[in-house]
Amino acid sequence: MPELLRDGRARFGLAVLIVVVSIAVLAPFVSGRDPAAQGDIVATRFLTPFSTDPAGSFHLLGTDRLGRDVWTRLAHGARISLIVGVLATLLALTVGITIGTVAAVAGGPLRLGLLAVTDFALALPRVVLLLLLAALWRPGGTLVVVVLGLTGWMSVARLVYGESSALLARPFASAAIALGASRRRIILRHLLPNTMTPIIVAAALGIGNAITLEAGLSFLGLGVQPPAPSWGGMISSGRDSIVNAPWVALAPGVALVLVVLACMLLGDAIRDRVARRAEMVT
Amino acid sequence: MPARLLPRLLAGCAVVLGVVTLSFVLLHLAPGDPAAQLAGPAATPAQVEALRVQLGLDRAAPVQFVSWLSRAVRGDWGVSLATGRPVARMLREAWPATALLVGLSLGLSYLVGIGIALRQATGPRRNDTRLSVLTTALFAMPAYWLGTVLVWGLAYQFQILPAFGAAGLDADFLPPVARLIDGLRHLALPLLTLTLLGIGGAARFVRGALLDVEGAPFLLAARARGLPEARVHWRHLLRNALGPVVTLLGLSLPALFSGAVFVEGIFAWPGVGRILILAVLARDTPVVLAAVTVSAVLVVLGNLLADVLRTWVDPRLSHA
Repeated sequence: MPELLRDGRARFGLAVLIVVVSIAVLAPFVSGRDPAAQGDIVATRFLTPFSTDPAGSFHLLGTDRLGRDVWTRLAHGARISLIVGVLATLLALTVGITIGTVAAVAGGPLRLGLLAVTDFALALPRVVLLLLLAALWRPGGTLVVVVLGLTGWMSVARLVYGESSALLARPFASAAIALGASRRRIILRHLLPNTMTPIIVAAALGIGNAITLEAGLSFLGLGVQPPAPSWGGMISSGRDSIVNAPWVALAPGVALVLVVLACMLLGDAIRDRVARRAEMVT
Repeated sequence: MPARLLPRLLAGCAVVLGVVTLSFVLLHLAPGDPAAQLAGPAATPAQVEALRVQLGLDRAAPVQFVSWLSRAVRGDWGVSLATGRPVARMLREAWPATALLVGLSLGLSYLVGIGIALRQATGPRRNDTRLSVLTTALFAMPAYWLGTVLVWGLAYQFQILPAFGAAGLDADFLPPVARLIDGLRHLALPLLTLTLLGIGGAARFVRGALLDVEGAPFLLAARARGLPEARVHWRHLLRNALGPVVTLLGLSLPALFSGAVFVEGIFAWPGVGRILILAVLARDTPVVLAAVTVSAVLVVLGNLLADVLRTWVDPRLSHA
């Protein structure tokens, strides 16, 4: 870990994530307001950032068309973005790791079948599938998590399959098989622990993607439903007032880009560090 | 080469068929009744029932699927529930717009992306880090947000480009040259958005491919022979890295297409993605099914093209 912190990308990524997670966890405390509370619409709509409304409350990032405080909505929106991103990625990891290891350990038709399904799913534009699923069932948080999870496992499966196959060819795996270890033991004790790092890298990228796509679905009105604050929904409603109140759409977008960038840079830093270590070993 | 492509073509057909089947199953599992939707709220139950029989929705799902498929192959894609227009005509009008947007942006983003990646892989390390952060930030940007920001800046603040659509209101009355310019001006913002996003991904991929080749002995040999550094970069480094890059280009098509869906949506670009979004929001099932099929076909065709391109870039493959 201290070694990782020498990388500027890792420092930046961790710092951003720590700040955003703290804001999300402490959302009710960093701003005492209710994210859905509407002010006096005439007096408090589209207040510019750093302004104080007639009632005397301060708006760090201004207000939107309904007089709702943008900073409060941003903080509460962070909760939804992070929770959906993490849960969807966990689901994708579970499915991907299962399919990847099973395909590596099992031979014959099962392996071919699983790999074919993975390639097939990989060839679909993810957004097309997301739209299809999100449109057909009633939109909501659970649906978004399930849909993102079920459309995000393919790259993990390919990765885990590749790593596990390579590991199975290594002497320690042969030794374990020769000693009569059960498949279950080989998977749990020999394969999974050794594939953990690439999985963590994939997870970092996956969370970034999932957060973007969740916001995208909310942007189209197919994600988390209003009045719950979500970054995508905020961008979508801020788009209508982009000319006279650009901050409403800009603020959640900047937050989104920062979080996703942090995830990706952190993932890159971990990957490079592992690659360097592998170089030193061989 | 055709012998090598044939299995790919068959696999592509299988993917399209799989997509269609999956979409059909999902549409069937979903709640809601297309017949009731088409008949409207004022229809009596008897009218809805009659419509259901007329549309063939009363038959078993597999029967419906086979009949849909056989009609779809012959070019009859049914009628949009939302607009009453023939679905086939809607998509026939839409797909060239999407192919133009995605194709141009793919080409442009790889041109710029390769340039950036070459600078990264061969220049000083500090340069590499800075450019990495830039390309990753582009990669991290959601299409709908970048598009919104560009509209805000270029269409409203500076008022140099139109914010949406594919042609001005007066386009039909313009002389040919002015009409072309009008079309290009409308293309500019969606293309810029999609290309900027694409550059992020392209530069990241190409940089990886270049670094994989960077340590190869033939580069050392080329430098030892005293070749100028520029020639080493273009003829030896880039040429050998292009193979994986072309494959990645094919693999990044679905992602690019995903971006295009949002870009078409926010710029009202009359392509397949916009039709898909509108149809999804209106629960217009025949159109959804058709738009999903067309996007799958476009992605599969793009991948085949990447395959052909790959043999052209790396002639060793055609002898393998």
